[in-house]
Amino acid sequence: MEAEQSFWAYLSAFSETQSPLDFVLIYDNLDKFFEGALVTLQLTFLALLIGGLMAIPMALARANKISVLNPIIWVYTYAFRGTPLLVQTYLFYFGLGQFEAVRESFLWSPILSDPWWCVLIAFTLNTAAYTTEFLRGAIETTPRGEIEASVAAGMSPWLRTRLIVLPNAFRRALPAYSNEVIFTLHGSVIASTVTLQDLLGVGRWLNGRYYLAYEGFVTAMLFYMAIVFLITIAFKAAEKRFLRHLRPRVG
Amino acid sequence: METIIQYRQVLIDGTIVTVSLAVLSLCLSIVFGLLGAFAQLSEAVALRRLGGFYTMFVRGVPELVLMMLIFFGGQLLINDIGHITGLWGYVDVNQFFAGVLTLGFIFGAYMAETFRGAILAIPVGQIEAAKSVGMSARQVFTLVTWPQMVRYALPSFTNNWLVLVKATALVSVIGLHDLVWNAFSAGRSNHKLFTFMIAVLAIYLVITALSDLALRWVERKYNAGTRKA
Repeated sequence: MEAEQSFWAYLSAFSETQSPLDFVLIYDNLDKFFEGALVTLQLTFLALLIGGLMAIPMALARANKISVLNPIIWVYTYAFRGTPLLVQTYLFYFGLGQFEAVRESFLWSPILSDPWWCVLIAFTLNTAAYTTEFLRGAIETTPRGEIEASVAAGMSPWLRTRLIVLPNAFRRALPAYSNEVIFTLHGSVIASTVTLQDLLGVGRWLNGRYYLAYEGFVTAMLFYMAIVFLITIAFKAAEKRFLRHLRPRVG
Repeated sequence: METIIQYRQVLIDGTIVTVSLAVLSLCLSIVFGLLGAFAQLSEAVALRRLGGFYTMFVRGVPELVLMMLIFFGGQLLINDIGHITGLWGYVDVNQFFAGVLTLGFIFGAYMAETFRGAILAIPVGQIEAAKSVGMSARQVFTLVTWPQMVRYALPSFTNNWLVLVKATALVSVIGLHDLVWNAFSAGRSNHKLFTFMIAVLAIYLVITALSDLALRWVERKYNAGTRKA
């Protein structure tokens, strides 16, 4: 027992004074980083889920060139894809308070004055814009024959969309969607600029508190790399499952 | 609207910083990208591994994290090295330098993928033919590979540039007085952040639209002599 404690003391002293990275300090604060990772993952995946659901009808409207909706949705996706996510987030979090009508509305105190909600709204609208456009591309590249076959089989337009067009468009969009997921994760660091304690937020907090230059950022970086690694594996598995018919046949 | 006109000089100054940051980062990213592409296509296994690791690393780390690491950590590292070796005194890593270095490094990885794909799209027969008529490696690159590589790489290059322009907004977080930072401080002192953020969004849209036009012109130039199917 005695020896163990002195070893631990030795290790802490070594970590604090000699090692380039104070790993004992990182270890002591690891629980904070896991909390930060939870915030990051929550924001990323909620934005992807809601944004993805919003993107489906918008992509269908764009691909089918529905008269009034198509140009409106185009303006929306162009504006959100042509500007930085940081500025969009600032617009919602800092900007909306400029108007008294917003500050006095019933939405103000539960939602619009809370950084978490503002960030979620900005991220959702951003990812919905990107997802709409590449989903539209996937819908528009539906092979002509598939449509003709479904018409010949007497399917209604809605049935055709639900059973033929969308499932195959999702399959075609799957490889591109892994990039969108990773970019949304990368974008989620912006949450730390509006006071949220996500992974980078915790890293900045640690560095600020102990006056360090590397530890917090390096730890956050390793966490992000691990998350991206897991996402990549998940998409490889999904592609293996859903794009099985496209793999070369062996034997 | 009047406030925006009143503060136009601040916004113009910020826009100049943003654009010069983006252009310098683009130049650096082309250098990193070419190095990365040649590393990945080289015959040496170690170089291929290094090139692959570069892409994987950049994909794994958000821009802002790397930027902060280079801005806060790089400063300490450079000065520690200077202190130990006695080669240089105190060096100040400013935000602009850290921004160019980070963005150049990150987008270099995306450029490497773009260039690699473009080089692979050139039929091997052309390179072989060029070698067989006695061209040097340099001539093969400047006369055969480069002109076609540009054509194949352009669509993806355009995309990288547009993403890069938007990524420059992040340098305001480490305190560079770019468009976002200037507009933010002006908007905060006037309690008109919404108005100023809308102005910033509009300026970014103008930059995006202009570069779209310019790159379309380049595309036409390099696609002279090809036909769309």
